[in-house]
Amino acid sequence: MTIEVAGVTKRFKKFTALDNVSLNIRSGELVALLGPSGSGKTTLLRIIAGLEWPDAGEVRFDGEDALARSVRERNVGFVFQHYALFRHMNVFENVAFGLRVRKGADRLPEAAIREKVNTLLSLVQIDWLAERYPSQLSGGQRQRVALARALAISPRVLLLDEPFGALDAKVRKELRRWLRHLHEELPVTSVLVTHDQEEALELADRVVVMGHGKIEQVGSPAEVYDAPATAFVHDFIGETVALPGEVRAGVLFHDGKPLGLDAAGVPDGPARILARPHHVDLAPPGEAPFSGRVLSLRTFGPTRRADVEIAAGSGKVVVEAAVPLDLALEAGAVVGLRPRAYKVFAANG
Amino acid sequence: MQDPLMTPIAAPRRRFLRPQSVLPGFGITMGLTLTWLGLIVLLPLSALFIKTSEISLERFIAIVTSTRTLHALQISFGLSLAAAAVNLVFGAIVVWVLVRYDFPFKKVVDALIDIPFALPTAVAGIALTALYAPNGWIGALLAPLGIEVAFTPAGILIALIFIGLPFVVRTVEPVLADLDRELEEAAASLGASRPQALWRVVLPSVWPALLTGFALAFARAVGEYGSVIFIAGNLPGVSEIAPLLIVIRLEEFRYADATAIACVMLVASFVLLFVINRLQRWAETRGAKA
Amino acid sequence: MSDALHPGHVLASEGLPTGIARADAERRAAGKSVHTEPAAVRIALVLVALAFLGLFIGLPLVVVFVEALKRGAAAYVSALANPDALASIRLTLLVAAISVVANLVFGLVAAWAIAKFEFPGKSTLITLIDLPFSVSPVVAGLAFVLLFGAQGLFAGYLAAWDVKIIFAVPGIVLATIFVTFPFVARELIPLMQEQGTAEEEAAVSLGASGLSTFFRVTLPNVKWALLYGVLLCNARAMGEFGAVSVVSGHVRGLTNTMPLHIEILYNEYQFAASFAVASLLALLALVTLVAKTILEHRLAEEDT
Repeated sequence: MTIEVAGVTKRFKKFTALDNVSLNIRSGELVALLGPSGSGKTTLLRIIAGLEWPDAGEVRFDGEDALARSVRERNVGFVFQHYALFRHMNVFENVAFGLRVRKGADRLPEAAIREKVNTLLSLVQIDWLAERYPSQLSGGQRQRVALARALAISPRVLLLDEPFGALDAKVRKELRRWLRHLHEELPVTSVLVTHDQEEALELADRVVVMGHGKIEQVGSPAEVYDAPATAFVHDFIGETVALPGEVRAGVLFHDGKPLGLDAAGVPDGPARILARPHHVDLAPPGEAPFSGRVLSLRTFGPTRRADVEIAAGSGKVVVEAAVPLDLALEAGAVVGLRPRAYKVFAANG
Repeated sequence: MQDPLMTPIAAPRRRFLRPQSVLPGFGITMGLTLTWLGLIVLLPLSALFIKTSEISLERFIAIVTSTRTLHALQISFGLSLAAAAVNLVFGAIVVWVLVRYDFPFKKVVDALIDIPFALPTAVAGIALTALYAPNGWIGALLAPLGIEVAFTPAGILIALIFIGLPFVVRTVEPVLADLDRELEEAAASLGASRPQALWRVVLPSVWPALLTGFALAFARAVGEYGSVIFIAGNLPGVSEIAPLLIVIRLEEFRYADATAIACVMLVASFVLLFVINRLQRWAETRGAKA
Repeated sequence: MSDALHPGHVLASEGLPTGIARADAERRAAGKSVHTEPAAVRIALVLVALAFLGLFIGLPLVVVFVEALKRGAAAYVSALANPDALASIRLTLLVAAISVVANLVFGLVAAWAIAKFEFPGKSTLITLIDLPFSVSPVVAGLAFVLLFGAQGLFAGYLAAWDVKIIFAVPGIVLATIFVTFPFVARELIPLMQEQGTAEEEAAVSLGASGLSTFFRVTLPNVKWALLYGVLLCNARAMGEFGAVSVVSGHVRGLTNTMPLHIEILYNEYQFAASFAVASLLALLALVTLVAKTILEHRLAEEDT
């Protein structure tokens, strides 16, 4: 099923959680809403679910108005951040809940409910826990129950709010891979909210990067990582080295000298040259656009990094650069820095 | 490993009940606590049991199975149960409204819930009597309908509802306030209607707390004296509660009768205390965030 | 963002959708059913709750003051200025003062032993301290009669030393201490358990003595809870009826506390005088509730 979000705005008192957000989600894809806390990603998810109502805008499922339906009529599977399992029901009854509250003709006979619940419990690999209560389960097991419960109503959309947020790192990785696998088996249109870029990049077909109530970029994991559309996305995803500069008529300058770097399409004024640390090469001081003094060096595992202090206008900035392990370099030395791949953004854009 | 320096020096022998702690004063504070508890609480209660044991078994049975005693116990326990049930239902409504809705003067209303805790029982007793007497504000409205409240068992019920009211509200209030709203959202997202969500998710979550409040209100009502005797009419076999019968027997110098009835009441209190403790533990495990 | 989910904002946010198309307002209503009930149900429930509380709490409170002032202010003042009334007020204040001090000291001592140390049987001890709450006041009064009364276990010794406890002030004090026994301790124990022993251990390791650790570290940490317990203890001590009634003997001007004086006046059909004395206790209850609300606020603030 497709989900169409058009011009959605949501305010809480004076705070604007979502500012005219539009987004199209294709049938069967797994989309991650990625952003820092307060970026509006959870609000957007809750509006899609019908747990929150927008102040303006439209939400359509397969072209039909979803806002005309309450959450219970939307048939969405929602997995809550803290699972929201029913404590007084065992695992089986938690999963069966959505089937048991159905009325009239929709109501399945008891045998069919048992069969469906058991199938789901095997699918999420916790059939042996059916009689346990939520308080007797580990975090990862609760997560699986929450997912099975959401899937029990055969949802048209699966919505997951920080599904791995409350788990420790190892379990999180394991569950992430398993969820991806599950999605391939059951291609339900899925939307996942996360603040963890690694999770979003590894799991999702497409990533929606959000900041300050707006969508910054929508694209495949490779696109948002390799071709960030805005400085926000560049900063937020992956490690970023920020070099200072100034654009005059499409040409980049630093300390009054032209840098020989491409800044086509960037408006005049102060600019930030953003690059991944491994895309910043060391060079002899005279031959690179930037040069500075090495403040300190650190080695961890196969990587080595140097803090390099470079002049920026009246002050100084410290940038981190990757250093080859075999290069002889000491603190105090002056080195040149040359970004191999980079993006230029207006500094106050 | 066999380093002689590492062999443990004989630990100082721990005295009974002497926890290892750097903080001083355990011995003296524990000693004072047990002494004071013994003198003020345990000694008088044991006196009751000692005096009971001086009564022969046949006599004891004759006292507690006499028609008047049985009636008094029946009235005390029966009406307490009814009052606790009324408080369970209306207490639940009051809690729901206080926790979930907004309305004018909510803070004042919330504070007034504790009036039955703070108002002396004798004051409550005469106030309720004044209200429900045939010439009182409410009594005068009910009299033309042929309904008598004051000086009948209905009056006892009113008094017991009054004194039990805060127990249900104050026991359930924190539990409902802490209840995760995501549970209701989860129920709705799974297709439950609002009544279904309330019945299948919210109610079971607060049920142990409701029952605890019910039991507390019941326990308090069974032993209640001050607020009841003014409005009750105190007619033996009809509107005479067990605590009043104890007082009457005492005033008649029938110590054995008073003691035997008090012993039954005390045992009932112990049983209720045990039940309430179990309920509270249940409420805690149910209330704990999963 | 969870603001909208908070309890209490539900009715208040009712008038929100200004400038939003009507269809949208209708859609919002569909969305609200997740978090609350239809407006009619909400209003009905609020009215039921207020009616119940008004009937069972508001009216009894109001009727006390109305009845007290029925015969005019002069009658009210003279009822309170009556020597027997004044004697009952004095006795009530004396009994409450002794009981509060006794329970204050006991509460602190017991809370220190229970909250700061680990020992077997702790939960049993806490249950025993709570026990007086579940005992009928009349049964408690009777227990003291069986201990110190004319037929009591200690009757012989008391007669030999010419000490009178039952039908005298000591009996009233003992019965009052019994019924108010748990008040201070039960406020302090959970709070002090929660606070743990780290601060006291730090004080001791810095060279503080046991007593100065208690007065400089422990006591400041529990002062509001202590005050709260004292407040409730005092209210109950001044208002106790059943237990005191059994041990007092109702000697006018000597062993009558305010609640007992109210009873005597009421039984003599001196209703206005009876309610006049009762109005003082009702005022005490109201003051207690105001102070309690303020203290709860303080406690909640300290908690965060």
